[in-house]
Amino acid sequence: MYEIIHTTTYQYNQDVALCHNIARLLPRNTDTQTLQKSTLHIVPLPEVMNAYEDFYGNNCLYFAVQEEHSSLHVTVQTMVEKKADAFRSADQYQLYGWEQVLAEVQDVSGRYFDARQFTGATPMTEFNAEIADYARISFWPERSFFDATLDLIQRIYQDFEYRPGFTTIATPLHELMEMKKGVCQDFAHLAIAAIRSLGLPARYVSGYLETIAPPGKEKLTGTDASHAWISIFLPNIGWVDFDPTNNMRTGDQHITIGWGRDYADVPPLKGVILGAGPHQLAVSVDVRRL
Amino acid sequence: MILENITALDIPSFQHPTYWKTFFRALKALGPAEIPGRNLDLQRFLRENGVTYNIYGDPDGINRPWSLDMIPFLISAAEWTHISRGLEQRAILFNLLLKDIYGEQQLLRDGILPMEVVYNHPGFLRQCVGVDLPFQNHLVLYSADMARTSDGKIWVMNDRTQAPSGSGYALENRLAMARIVPELFQGMKVARLSPYFHSLRRALMGLCTEKSKDPRIVILTPGPSNETYFEHAYLASYLGYTLVQGNDLMVKDRQVWLKTIGGLEKVDVILRRIDDVYADPLELREDSQLGIPGLLQAVRSGNVSIANPMGSSVVENPGLMPFLPAIADRLLGGSLLLPNIASWWCGQKNELNYVLDNLDRLIIKRIARSSFQGSSVDGSALSNEALAALKARIKAQPTLYVGQEKALFAGTPALVGGEVVSRDALFRSFAVSNGDGYAIMTGGLTRTANSEGHYIISNQAGGVSKDTWVIGIDQGSLTSFKKDIEAIEEPVQYRAEILPSNTAENLFWVGRYAERLLSNARFQRTVMQFVEEANKAFNENEEALRQSLLQALTMYTFTYPGFVEPETADCWSNPWPELYDILFNVNRAGSLAANFNLFHRAVHTARDHWSTDTWRVLRDMEENWQQAINQPQRNPHRVAYTLDNLITSLVAFVGLNRDSISREQGWGILNMGQKMEQCLLLISMLRATLVRKQDEQVEYILQEAVLKANECLVNYRYKYRSHIKLPLVLDLMLHDQNNPRSLLYLIEKLKAGTKDLPKINQAGALPDHERVLQEAEKLLRQADKEKLAAVASSKNCYKNLETFLGNMNGLLLSLPNIISKAYFQHAQGANQLFPAHQPLRK
Repeated sequence: MYEIIHTTTYQYNQDVALCHNIARLLPRNTDTQTLQKSTLHIVPLPEVMNAYEDFYGNNCLYFAVQEEHSSLHVTVQTMVEKKADAFRSADQYQLYGWEQVLAEVQDVSGRYFDARQFTGATPMTEFNAEIADYARISFWPERSFFDATLDLIQRIYQDFEYRPGFTTIATPLHELMEMKKGVCQDFAHLAIAAIRSLGLPARYVSGYLETIAPPGKEKLTGTDASHAWISIFLPNIGWVDFDPTNNMRTGDQHITIGWGRDYADVPPLKGVILGAGPHQLAVSVDVRRL
Repeated sequence: MILENITALDIPSFQHPTYWKTFFRALKALGPAEIPGRNLDLQRFLRENGVTYNIYGDPDGINRPWSLDMIPFLISAAEWTHISRGLEQRAILFNLLLKDIYGEQQLLRDGILPMEVVYNHPGFLRQCVGVDLPFQNHLVLYSADMARTSDGKIWVMNDRTQAPSGSGYALENRLAMARIVPELFQGMKVARLSPYFHSLRRALMGLCTEKSKDPRIVILTPGPSNETYFEHAYLASYLGYTLVQGNDLMVKDRQVWLKTIGGLEKVDVILRRIDDVYADPLELREDSQLGIPGLLQAVRSGNVSIANPMGSSVVENPGLMPFLPAIADRLLGGSLLLPNIASWWCGQKNELNYVLDNLDRLIIKRIARSSFQGSSVDGSALSNEALAALKARIKAQPTLYVGQEKALFAGTPALVGGEVVSRDALFRSFAVSNGDGYAIMTGGLTRTANSEGHYIISNQAGGVSKDTWVIGIDQGSLTSFKKDIEAIEEPVQYRAEILPSNTAENLFWVGRYAERLLSNARFQRTVMQFVEEANKAFNENEEALRQSLLQALTMYTFTYPGFVEPETADCWSNPWPELYDILFNVNRAGSLAANFNLFHRAVHTARDHWSTDTWRVLRDMEENWQQAINQPQRNPHRVAYTLDNLITSLVAFVGLNRDSISREQGWGILNMGQKMEQCLLLISMLRATLVRKQDEQVEYILQEAVLKANECLVNYRYKYRSHIKLPLVLDLMLHDQNNPRSLLYLIEKLKAGTKDLPKINQAGALPDHERVLQEAEKLLRQADKEKLAAVASSKNCYKNLETFLGNMNGLLLSLPNIISKAYFQHAQGANQLFPAHQPLRK
């Protein structure tokens, strides 16, 4: 069981008369996790709130503060129960060569309709010849989709340096390929673009990762953050997650909020304010194992 | 072929030769001398009605005049029956298709339509899937471009479902033809266009979810730089709806509101003329400055209806064409009455290969259209390199491309350079939901290529339009037709004009800029005259006078350093380069040219407020001014003449507005901007000219200049019958209640004007702007002209006058801000919050 406290504060330089926001901060239920409890605390109290599921089934909350305010404070506290994934042997994962997955997903029968929608490029996962070539190194003929993906994320882990503040959400992948530096959503987008350059299905997962304090030290509050990784589709098994930033299969420490084609489908919190210009943002996330 | 030989024109049978015979008989009857004249009249009529089409990326593209061919495109009644049935069937089909895509997606799941045709199209808005729209026909408006091929068949070339444009141009073309060449209609029984607009009005009324008695319908436009802005404004006034931009609307309590100077007004229906992806920066394109944040939330809660609905552009998609027969079979159980041109979607292997192998014989289209780039490419017009590049683009993203056959158009007669020639034509007609089915406009908009052998016809590529005549449909007698219209017309309810905050702000600035231009032009003209005359007449103080006048001009126009801190000494002996620069240098803040551009922009943003006469004045003014700017050789006389013209035009503009803009808030705000600017400029002029103590003769000339620049010299002589003296000048310019240019007169007008503004809720207290005006009036009435004109101890300036003008300026300068805060406050823009995302690595 995990407790997550995610706090976002916007401080405006001028009073804002109205703000509209959409939050995707409530973890959805999956095969490996259940949302047990959630509390939401927004200051000032929004006049309008509307909870709904988006196109991908993620939990969304629209809220609007409609009176003058100088800051906006959003705290979400959630309890998520993790459970082990169904055990599968390595053979089971390795059963499908990537060409076979490609053929099955693209098949007109529409059996894998839902997976097929994650095969197309999006503005944030735009691939070029360079990215396609980069993918081909891992995706040699008849290799299993699973192994090829493991290899791909390992190469990303090795070839790219993790460096916060170097890229923004708007940095395109071809620049990332040049700079070779970025953060979790860059690596997730790159892995997705590489896989999709072959016509294969991959999706973007937004969530949390529990950090573990160095031995002998107490974990600091607010040092966690939201995280992003990828998911690939295997026939008869379903979606299987990989974390390119940490070169691993996702496990017990990964808590999923939701998924989409890329970051733009699942930003944790987005908003538009009427009036005012500059503002400051502070985010803190705590993921605690109970 | 010249007109005399028209009878010999070989028109094939499917082109209705008997109608053409009648038509050409009427055309010839006009006479060879009359035709060119009427043609000019036609273009002038359109120009004077402000009919324009903006071309992107063309410096002269903004407000490019619309051109109309005197020879219409003819369609017979029998042919029309086929076309209108086909169009209605297509509209019904696209409606069902749209509902399926945003609903069950059966067509995709069953493989009748490949998923990528829909999912890879940027117009597929996942945010809209499953949104429940409370009306039967989701697709409210549909239009199609059609062409007649040389075998007489009608083909659909494009479908339009995003925000079909052209109906307003079609109507305006018809009005122009009926007005300028009525003879041509004789014996032709041309079907009317107006029933379509009645259906449109009824369809929009039908979208009101709440059956309110007085629903508010608005037309949402991207603004004056959009290619078809003319039409948005035209339809708004024709249909009686408010024309708004995204900034005029806001979402609050999940409802859409119009921001007016009197407060918020609920909006029930939006006729959308902006692309849907730009319509909500909260959920769709975040970089959009055109949209309304939260709009989709209002749509989801059913509080507003939008025509066409959000997401409708996904079916404006040439990728659908190859699959339409199968879709029609599935959804309608029949085949298409109007086939579309043969198309190959590159998302399929065989089709892709076919397109790549035949690239130079096909038209290549992207499945999603962009207004900013040509969406169609004629393969045969490309070089080998361009073909290779196109091939590579298609191979990289095959699902985004479609190849289309090049149809062999049947030419249609066109009048080009006084001769009748044959031109390829595309014609567009319009469908609007009428409950179960669709009503079709009996006519449409025809466009012809601008040269022979040019395959792609679009307004963006230049081209000529034609009126489209459906001939020989018996619509009954005129009276029965009128009764029919009355029966379908909704009761038009009187509604007080409401002024959106943005429009009000624009009008306010039009008033201010008009006055600024006028005053600056007058003062500069006066200064130039004195500089010229001083050259000729002997005057021992010539140098001092020159300097004072020129420095006053710099101060007044705020074009420092100018003559106040001259960079070269010869600016006194030859001030002309600097004088021309502050007139014509567009890039210099404070110059007349820079102010002209600001005025121009404000005028065009508020363009639906100007009458036809006003437009004529504005256009002449713009043309003359542009010529003056481009003039390579300047001399004082020519420049003075330019200023005279400008002043006359501005006076006409101001006067026409007084006569033609409604007495309600529109005029009030414009007038207030003008008067406010007048006050501020008057104070500024007095400060620049009269405050400094100087040689008596210099002062005399400066005082005369003030009177001249304010057109008060005659008044002065009439009233005081004396030499010019400072106290009397001040009396006339400050206190004379009968002088429409005196400060007191202006302040009293402003006070009266503010009474007509909507009341702002301030719990009994006097509104700030009224308080400021009251104080200003008090200050003014207390000021004594003799005291003001007294020289204080410092000797080099009129201290009392300086203090008084400074105080007055401080007071009045706060007015525009107060007005803006009270009435244009809602006009503030939207900003994105930073994404709340921080990265992490273990």
